[in-house]
Amino acid sequence: MAGKTLFDKVWDAHVVSQVDGGTQVLYIDRHLIHEVTSPQAFGGLEKRGLQLFRPKQMVATPDHNVPTINQHLPIEDELSRTQVETLEANCEKFGVELYGLGHPFQGIVHVIGPELGLTQPGMTMVCGDSHTSTHGAFGAIAFGIGTSQVEQVMATQCLLQNKPKSMRITIDGALQQGVTAKDIILYIISKLTASGGTGYFVEYAGSAIRKLSMEERMTICNMSIEMGARGGIIAPDETTFQYVEGRKFSPKGKDFEAAKAYWSSLPSDPDAVFDKEYTYKAEEIQPMITYGTNPGMGMAVSGNIPTSEANTDSFKKSLDYMGLEAGQAMLGKEISYVFIGSCTNSRIEDLRAVAEFVSGKKKADHVTALVVPGSKQVESQAKAEGLDRILESAGFHLREPGCSACLGMNEDKVPKGEYCVSTSNRNFEGRQGPGSRTILASPITAAAAAIHGKIVDVRELI
Amino acid sequence: MEKFENMTSRVVPLPIEDVDTDQIIPARFLKAVTREGFGENLFRDWRYLSNGNPIPDFVLNDSTYAGKILVAGRNFGCGSSREHAAWALYDFGFRVVVSSFFADIFRGNALNNGLLPIQVSEAFLQEIFRAVEDDPSVEIEVDLEAQIISLQGAGQERFEIDPYKKMCLQNGYDDIDYLLSQKEKIEAFEKKAPRYFMMGL
Ligand code: SF4
Repeated sequence: MAGKTLFDKVWDAHVVSQVDGGTQVLYIDRHLIHEVTSPQAFGGLEKRGLQLFRPKQMVATPDHNVPTINQHLPIEDELSRTQVETLEANCEKFGVELYGLGHPFQGIVHVIGPELGLTQPGMTMVCGDSHTSTHGAFGAIAFGIGTSQVEQVMATQCLLQNKPKSMRITIDGALQQGVTAKDIILYIISKLTASGGTGYFVEYAGSAIRKLSMEERMTICNMSIEMGARGGIIAPDETTFQYVEGRKFSPKGKDFEAAKAYWSSLPSDPDAVFDKEYTYKAEEIQPMITYGTNPGMGMAVSGNIPTSEANTDSFKKSLDYMGLEAGQAMLGKEISYVFIGSCTNSRIEDLRAVAEFVSGKKKADHVTALVVPGSKQVESQAKAEGLDRILESAGFHLREPGCSACLGMNEDKVPKGEYCVSTSNRNFEGRQGPGSRTILASPITAAAAAIHGKIVDVRELI
Repeated sequence: MEKFENMTSRVVPLPIEDVDTDQIIPARFLKAVTREGFGENLFRDWRYLSNGNPIPDFVLNDSTYAGKILVAGRNFGCGSSREHAAWALYDFGFRVVVSSFFADIFRGNALNNGLLPIQVSEAFLQEIFRAVEDDPSVEIEVDLEAQIISLQGAGQERFEIDPYKKMCLQNGYDDIDYLLSQKEKIEAFEKKAPRYFMMGL
């Protein structure tokens, strides 16, 4: 019999029972919730007269809908305020740990989970948010769920699931200077398309992945959903253990040693077989940007928008929306907004990279640049390192944590027709505000665009 | 959840690929704390101008088309996990979405809300689009028991659905009812599982 994959090992350890057909009852270790996808689940629970089954396995924080300035003041938008207050009231009533606005642990759910040690190898984790895939960077099975499922986990700590197929994407070799984890994942998605991973759970492997820091691995796993995959996973190793050790919710002392021994047994067996395999060379990856309205529409920054699909209606509609043409180069394209933030790229290493790049420079006059940290802890750390001052003198303003312009639910929106180079994960029509045009890129490519006021190739600037 | 009833209905064609959940229901309309009323903002930015006036050539504003069946291009429902997308489609009156490919989370969310996602071949999908273009009053019949979708005056196709999910739709059962019946097994599982990962909470 073939060996087991990392995914198999974690999954199989969480199967409670088998239902008819391929459906299984899967146990969920950790459940993160936020204000947008939880109120109807709490409501459903109340309607049925149920309590939370394991409230101690849940943590809540408001992130999607919060302002990123003046968080100490009441939220101005009434609907947003109601949603955040509903979360607070529900957490109080049902006994859930809440890191509310102003709390030193508040932040984007997928940033605070790892930061607090809530995310650990070998776990199953869910959240009513598709970018829960981020936590797979630790060798956990983590995926996004809908609100009905949020309610199911609240009531039973379990979900009915069909085991997805397995895919392995191997990236070997060394990255070029100026190429980052964000470029790796944008490159993969451009190859596999926005639906190429549907039905699969993806393991990222290879020497280029092993060399990445935990934060970089999170950037990669975060965007697994952008190719349709349920999630991404990376084998835990020394890098993982070092990151996890000593965090608030991490196991301590002897427990940590025992956990580490267990975690060390999780990587895929050498003879494990995957349903699908892809291999890419790290050297071939260039700084990437997107030109269309789904994350699969990406290309090397120095390339031209492809002409091969130019006749399909969906492709035309997408380029029309973006105000771009097939065959056109993106280098030199003028832009007016830059957004550095989101659960893809708002961690301290991202802010450091941006600060290092913009230090001593000034952003172009016509560019509005938003830097939104992923969490209160990231914000404090950035300030402790003086990054806020570097950013400030380059014309960037460091705001308070939240999802912000990643989805434009609060007031941080990109106006109609404007181009925004964004470190977030989705370039869908109107994602950053009605009519906004999003160009996805790495933090340094975004920072460079802010300085020059147009799309540039960072390899020529560092 | 309401029981799914077999139906014969006219169709609303949306021949666009990769329709993401931000189009189905934009984030700024996710501020409600209940499940009702999302149909109003279904496809908001394709359906209305920013001043609130309807965009006449968008299919939902075109009285030529009607029905409980939405037929859309491949990779329907990609992007965010927002269940609000399924609620909005259901609230608007759709009971079936036909496409040649669905995003995973959307498919699950739809099934959990009595909205049946039917995956057909690309060829059959294109046949439906052509038929509706030729005659907007053409009807589709959906038989969940037999797992057959038929296009009036033309072909039919068998579709797949997980047997458990089929049973839920036919009876109006939620997953939660089933899971609650498994409490003992869940508690037994908790006792024997390696719990290193539970420490700290
Ligand atoms: S930052 Fe963006 S992608 Fe991440 S959780 Fe928030 S809204 Fe979703």
